[in-house]
Amino acid sequence: MNTLSYLEEEAIYIIREVVGQFDKPVLLFSGGKDSIVLLHLCKKAFLPGKIPFPLLHIDTGHNFPETISLRDELVKRYQVNLHIGSVQESIDQGKVVEEKGKYASRNSLQTTTLLETIENLKFDACMGGARRDEEKARAKERIFSVRDDFGQWNEKLQRPELFDILNGQIHSGENVRVFPISNWTELDVWEYIRYENLEIPSIYFSHQRTVFFRDGQLMPCSDFIHHNPNEAFQEHVRFRTVGDMSCTAAVPSKAADLDTVINEIKGSSISERGARMDDKRSEGAMEERKKVGYF
Amino acid sequence: MEILRITTAGSVDDGKSTLIGRLLYETDSLKIDQVETIEEKSKSLGYDYIDFSLATDGLLTEREQGITIDVSHLYFSTPKRRFIIADAPGHVEYTRNMVTGASNVDVAIILLDARKGVMEQTKRHLYITQLLGINQLVITINKMDLIDYDEIQFNAIQQEIEKLISDYDWTPNCHFIPVSALKGDNVIAKSHKMPWYKGIDLLSLIENLNLDETVHGEGLMQVQHVIRPKTEEYHDYRGFAGKIKSGRFNPGDEIEVFPSGQKSKIKSIEKYGVKQNTTAIGENATLLLEDEIDASRGNTLVIANNNLKTEKLINAKICWMQNESLNPNGKYWLQQGVYKCLIKVKEVTAKMDWESWKSVPTDNLNMNDIGEVALQLAQPLLHAPYHKNKNLGAFILIDSHTNNTAGVGFIQ
Repeated sequence: MNTLSYLEEEAIYIIREVVGQFDKPVLLFSGGKDSIVLLHLCKKAFLPGKIPFPLLHIDTGHNFPETISLRDELVKRYQVNLHIGSVQESIDQGKVVEEKGKYASRNSLQTTTLLETIENLKFDACMGGARRDEEKARAKERIFSVRDDFGQWNEKLQRPELFDILNGQIHSGENVRVFPISNWTELDVWEYIRYENLEIPSIYFSHQRTVFFRDGQLMPCSDFIHHNPNEAFQEHVRFRTVGDMSCTAAVPSKAADLDTVINEIKGSSISERGARMDDKRSEGAMEERKKVGYF
Repeated sequence: MEILRITTAGSVDDGKSTLIGRLLYETDSLKIDQVETIEEKSKSLGYDYIDFSLATDGLLTEREQGITIDVSHLYFSTPKRRFIIADAPGHVEYTRNMVTGASNVDVAIILLDARKGVMEQTKRHLYITQLLGINQLVITINKMDLIDYDEIQFNAIQQEIEKLISDYDWTPNCHFIPVSALKGDNVIAKSHKMPWYKGIDLLSLIENLNLDETVHGEGLMQVQHVIRPKTEEYHDYRGFAGKIKSGRFNPGDEIEVFPSGQKSKIKSIEKYGVKQNTTAIGENATLLLEDEIDASRGNTLVIANNNLKTEKLINAKICWMQNESLNPNGKYWLQQGVYKCLIKVKEVTAKMDWESWKSVPTDNLNMNDIGEVALQLAQPLLHAPYHKNKNLGAFILIDSHTNNTAGVGFIQ
């Protein structure tokens, strides 16, 4: 079996296990390429039926507009319901406080909104597009990852996962994060997008954008990020990940279509999350965020 | 490209993380920013060389202590193959992680320190590898640089391991490679320092291993999900979706539902909504039947008139995986694939004694014990011995109080 078929079989098996074992699953949907691939796998898993669960988007309010317009289009195309958890609302209600200073980002604030939305809507399984190759703490993640009733991940109490047997038994109040594309790499995701001809936000392809340099990274200019207007300049760039606009850096690129993007990734010497300022805060940045309930 | 799944096992300080780190580094699977992080960290720890283990030890506690405490999944590829490594730790107390890491692989790489030779841990790694029936074994004898690349010592270790393997009813394809992970000898290219070694380097070996994937037996699929679109177009559609556990199905085949015993014929086969002529093992399929019969998640569709066993009493080897000991009076959930039923422990008869290397009588199992049990099932189980069909012979036990995966079983 070739790589993509193997990974697709595995992911669809996991997605069907989620529907079989849980009462109220949901697909965490960021609008990025990984969640678009996951949405497509969910559709294939239940054909000719429809996807039997809704999507949940945690909206930081600092999104790339291109991502939001495609999100709304995909919701119609795949005939799914979309729930939105708003970080702005969490701020307005005083549950979280906006960060200050030049590195201010809403990335870590998302966790509160995410956990509250999961609790309010009583979701017991939340599927996400995280992959083990992204980051070293994620390399230790299980496919079914149990979170306690505070939404916390305890890396020392992870359930062993054997063969293809997935244990989704939980106590009421707990929920499980599920990662069907755990074993995919960045390149697999891109090759699958090409193979299945999936539409992804235009910011993944080269475009001209106003940017500025910060700590050696090209940051997109927007209302959500402090910068000196004199530093700004025009550059042909694309994004390798789609996160909060305030913490996602661009890479200079002329790759305007899938084939050239894939060739560029094959030749790239920088890791995918190398352009994520949220991971660079400290050596264990991802692990610390996962422990308190991050995606 | 084909995927090869590997587990790696070694004792503390055998240099396993260094070996994997080097494989990642030399195959350009680490990116510049990752390499920079490792280089900086190595420098700040005061090392004279780049510590490749920093690439694989993902958790903060591991980097603080310089040891691996959990299964880590790593990915790399060469133009020939894609590799997934489940890196299992070497500590005694984390033996359950090795069982976990080894449950999903085609190949086991076992590491030894050439200076120390066969250790207690090595024996345990071999025991687990044979218990899981892994047929491709790569014994990597590391730190050859520290014994002056000595052929005699290498041969002695090889003979000792061959003898250990011959004690089991297990005939793996076994490869021995002398390496230095630190210096890079025989890792991704043949070393000039060991002209006496006639084999190939580790990377070339795993790139070229042949895998025999055939699992024989009757067509069998556990129903994972019943697809009922309930739309105008697919008003009467009932598709039984699941993974093919053994054999194959073709349209027209007579099938039987377990446990109800109802019979029907396969009308058509689909995969993700697209018609297929047949099924393949390990792949997802949707079976549509001629008759409206009752089958739901956890039921099994199997070719009629098969020789499979269904019993309510099974004997199995169990590896105990949770802190709380096995409760001989307790009830547990047994999960085989997607099928679940309650069980009672009828009898614990023996366990492996890691000192005498013999099976000794016992009536209890603690974490990391591997023992023999008889289980009484609330419902009959369609099964096969693990060594004949891993899909039908393996199960987990779930603690009905904690919901944890308490143990893994191998039907005898």
